[in-house]
Amino acid sequence: MNIEVEVNGVGYSRDIEPRMLLVHFLRDEIGLTGTHWGCDTTNCGTCVVWMDEVPVKSCTVLAAMAAGHSVRTVEDLEQNGTLDPVQQGFMEMHGLQCGFCTPGMMMTARWLLDHNPDPSEMEIREAISGQICRCTGYENIVRAIRWAAEHSGEPADKAGEVMA
Amino acid sequence: MTAVSDTETTIGFGRVLRKEDVRFLRGKGNYVDDIKLPGMLHGAVLRSPYAHAKIVSINTAAAEAHPKVRAVVTGKLLETLNLAWIPSLSHDVIAVLATDKVRYQGQEVAFVVADDRYAARDALELIEVEYEVLPAVIDAKTALDPSSALIRDDIEGKSDNHIFDWDCGDQEETDQVFDQAEVVVKQEMLYPRVHPAPMETCGAVADMDPISGKLTIWSTTQAPHAHRTLYALVAGLPEHKLRVVSPDIGGGFGNKVGIYPGYVLAVVGSILTKRPVKWMEDRSENLMSTSFARDYHMSGEIAATKDGKILGLRVHVLADHGAFNNTAQPTKFPAGFFHIFSGSYDLRSAYCQVTGVYTNKAPGGVAYACSFRVTEAVYLVERMVDCLAQELKMDPAELRMRNLLKPEQFPYLSPTGWEYDSGDYPRALRLAMDIAGYETLRQEQAEKRAKGELMGIGVSFFTETVGAGPKKHMDILGLGMADGCDVRVHPTGKAVVRLSVQTQGQGHETTFAQIVSEVTGIPIADIEVVHGDTDSTPFGLGTYGSRSTPVSGAACAIASQRVRDKARIIAAAMLECSPEDLEWESGRWFVKGDPSSGKTIQEIALAAHGPLELPDGVEGHLDGQCVYDPPNLTYPFGAYICVVDIDKDTGKVNVRRFIAVDDCGPRINPMIVEGQVHGGLADGVGMALMEAIAFDEEGNCLGGSFMDYLLPTSLECPSWETGQTVTPSPHHPLGLKGVGESATVGSPPAVVNAIIDALSVYGVRHADMPFTPAQVWRTIVGSPMRTDMAFK
Repeated sequence: MNIEVEVNGVGYSRDIEPRMLLVHFLRDEIGLTGTHWGCDTTNCGTCVVWMDEVPVKSCTVLAAMAAGHSVRTVEDLEQNGTLDPVQQGFMEMHGLQCGFCTPGMMMTARWLLDHNPDPSEMEIREAISGQICRCTGYENIVRAIRWAAEHSGEPADKAGEVMA
Repeated sequence: MTAVSDTETTIGFGRVLRKEDVRFLRGKGNYVDDIKLPGMLHGAVLRSPYAHAKIVSINTAAAEAHPKVRAVVTGKLLETLNLAWIPSLSHDVIAVLATDKVRYQGQEVAFVVADDRYAARDALELIEVEYEVLPAVIDAKTALDPSSALIRDDIEGKSDNHIFDWDCGDQEETDQVFDQAEVVVKQEMLYPRVHPAPMETCGAVADMDPISGKLTIWSTTQAPHAHRTLYALVAGLPEHKLRVVSPDIGGGFGNKVGIYPGYVLAVVGSILTKRPVKWMEDRSENLMSTSFARDYHMSGEIAATKDGKILGLRVHVLADHGAFNNTAQPTKFPAGFFHIFSGSYDLRSAYCQVTGVYTNKAPGGVAYACSFRVTEAVYLVERMVDCLAQELKMDPAELRMRNLLKPEQFPYLSPTGWEYDSGDYPRALRLAMDIAGYETLRQEQAEKRAKGELMGIGVSFFTETVGAGPKKHMDILGLGMADGCDVRVHPTGKAVVRLSVQTQGQGHETTFAQIVSEVTGIPIADIEVVHGDTDSTPFGLGTYGSRSTPVSGAACAIASQRVRDKARIIAAAMLECSPEDLEWESGRWFVKGDPSSGKTIQEIALAAHGPLELPDGVEGHLDGQCVYDPPNLTYPFGAYICVVDIDKDTGKVNVRRFIAVDDCGPRINPMIVEGQVHGGLADGVGMALMEAIAFDEEGNCLGGSFMDYLLPTSLECPSWETGQTVTPSPHHPLGLKGVGESATVGSPPAVVNAIIDALSVYGVRHADMPFTPAQVWRTIVGSPMRTDMAFK
C-alpha cells in the first residue's frame, strides 16, 4: 500500500506492506535510525516518537496508522544547529551512557516539559516510567530533565559542538 | 547555559562532559542494526519450541520456494562446513544449529536469509520440523539423579549431566574450625537465573567480499579481538582477512561477551549468498537464548564465637550451567572468581566446593555485570553475615565492623588465595553509616515496629576482584588476558589513542582521552580515542569483568608515559641539554632551575617530526605502545545501606533510600563513575525485587518478554545517595581499580538484607530473590517460593 507521512516536517510517500511497524518504517524506509527497536511489547520505550504531538511507542504502531499524520523523532530536537535544552540537559547531567534508550527518553521529556514546564522529581519519574534504561539507574535522567526545565528559554550555546 | 567550552583546554582527571554524547543526543549513534549495506539481506532464526526433543526431520522445501528467500541453512548443511558445533568459552561445545536434538527452548534450529526482515520471519513459518519430545531436566537439584534424562549424549561416553567439580580453600582446616566453633549458622540460598537484558539485543552484519576474501563482521561484541581470533580458529578463516567491528553498543553487561550462533549464521549466510547479511534478534530471542547470569544454588555455613568473631566459611554450590557449558571465565576457574566468597572479613579459614550441572536451559552462566561470579560470592557471604547477626542478636553493621579487615592487614592474602591489594574498609562503612544516619534509622525502625509497620535496614560490604588478569594465571581459550594500547601524537600536537577494549556505554572515548591527557598534558579535546575495530586497534581481550580501567587503562597510562619519556629526550635535543636536566610539569618539559626555558608537548611533537637531530637509538615521531600484563587483580570495595518499607497487606517493597560508598581508587571522571554506580544499583534493586527467569516443568521459559521478565523503572528506583573513599591500587600505574560492576555486586545483598530485616518480626531468617509482592507475602506466611521453578 502507499502511504504519505510527514516526518520532522518533511513529507514522505512510500509503498509499504500494510503490516510494517512505524519503527521499521522510520528506520529502514526513510533512514532515521535515531529511533530504536527494543522489545516489541510496548514495554521498553526506546522507540518513542511523537505522532501528532503525542508520544507513542512506534513498535506497536503500524506505519499505515501514521498515514496522513505527522511524526516527530529525535532527529528533530536540534533546531538550526542548537541543541534542545533536553539534549543539553542529558549531556550536562550525564543522563545517558550507552545511548540506546536516550532518544525515546528525550522525546518523552520534551513532551513533558511542553505540558509541564516545571515538573517535580516525582512527575518526571512518572512521565518516564514506561521506558527502561539499563545504564543510568534513572537518577541522572531525572536530573537531566530538571536541568532542561531550569534552562528552558535561555539562549542556547553551541555546547555540543566543542568536543565533536 | 553552562557550556563545555572550557573542555577545549581541560587536561586530565575530573568531571568533563562526554565526547560520545554529541552523536547519541542527535540520534546519530551507529549501532549494529543501523548498518545498511548495498544489497544487504536479512536473516532470521527458527528456534525450538521444546526444551528437550529429538529432531526427526526438517523440511525446508516450502521456505526455499518463498520468492524472497535467498538461502535456508540447517544443521545438516553446517555439518558439511564443519560448523554445526563450535567451541564454547569453557572447553565445551555449543550447537550453532541443532543437528541431533534440541536441548533448550529457544535453541537455534534453522536459519533463513531473505530480502527483508519480514520475509525472513515469514519463511520461518514454512519450515516443518518434526520433533520427538524427550523428558526435560529443569531442576538443577535433580540433574544428577540417575533417573534424569541425559542431555549431552553428543559427548562420547557421557552418562550423566555432571560438568565439573571444583574446590578451593583448606577443607581440613575449615572443618576443624567448624568443629570447634561456638556458633555455626547454616543457610541455603538461591541466586536465581537472571538476564542482562541490554536495551539493544544481539546482532551482526556479515559481509564476505568474494573478490578479496575479506570478511567483515559488525557485531554486538564486548570483545572484538577475541572474537576475531575465535572466528579464525573455528572456521579456519585466515585471521588477517577477518575484521570484527564493534560499533556503538547499546549496553552489554556481559550479554555480549560470547559468540552466538546468530553471528556465525550471518557469516554463513553471507558466504552462501555472496551478499551482506544482517541478523538482529528480537527481545524474546535475547531473553530466551543468550547468556543468562547466576543460577547458583548455594549452601553456606558460617562459624563464629559467641561474641561475634567470624572464624570460618564453608560453602557448597550447585551451579546450573544450562545445556552447554558456555560460561565466560578464565580457563583455570570453572566457578569464576567465586572463591572470593570469604569477602571483606578477617577469617581464619574458608572452603568451597562447586559442582556444575547441565540442564535443559539456555547456556551462558557469567553475565550481567558480575565480575566472574563475584556477585554470587558477595551475596553468599553478606547473607551469611546477616544470618549470623540475627542468630547472635547483634546489629549487622556492628558485626561487620568487628570483623572487617583492617587497613594495616593489606596486602592481605585470603584463605582461598587472593591477594587483596589495598583497602580501608572500616572507613568506608563508617562513611556509609554517617550518610545514612544509621542510628536514627534504627530508632525510626523501632518506632515503626511498635506501630506494626514493616521497615528494614540492610547493610552490605563487598570486596571485588577485577581486572583479569595476570597472564600466568588467566586466559580464555588460551588467549592471555593482557591488553595493548597505542598512543600517537600528530605533528601538530593532537593525539590518537588506540584501545583494545570497547565501550558499551562506559564512556571510553572520554575517560581514555583523560588518561592520555593526565599523563601527557595534551588537552582532552585534542585526543581522539579509536576502539572497537580490529583493523585499527591493538589486540586485547575486551571489556567485561570491570577490566577496562585496570588493564587497558594501565596500558594506556604506560603508553602515555612512554610518550612523555620520549618527549623528554626530544626536548633535551631541542634545548641542547641532557634529558636528566629536565623537569616535567603538565604538558611541558623545562630545564631544572630555569622554568622559562622549556618546550611544550606540542612543540616537541612538531620537532619530533622535523629535521631535528636526535640522539642515537631514538627514532623520530612521538608515540608510545604498551602491552599490559597486570601483576595482580585490583580490589575495589564498598559499603552499601538500603532502607525499605514493606506494605504488609500487599507485600510490596518500596526501596526508600539507598546509600552507596564506593572505593575504586582515584576517579578518572567522577561524573562517569557515579553514573556507573547508579546503573549497578538499579540492577541490584531489579534482581532483588523482580528479575528472575523461571521455568515450568516442561522447560518453558517464563521470562521470555518484558511483559514477564520485569526490569526496574524510574518508579522502583530511589534517588541514589553516593559517597566515596579513595584507596589507590599500589600496582596500577595510576592507582585505578575499576568500578563498572561494583554496584551490581554490592547492592542485591543490601536490598535483601533490608527486606529480611523488615520481615524478621515474623521470625524470617531467609527467603530467595526476587521479592515480588507474592514472594514477600509467601515469606510472611512462612512458605517462601522456590523462585527458579514455577511449579514448586
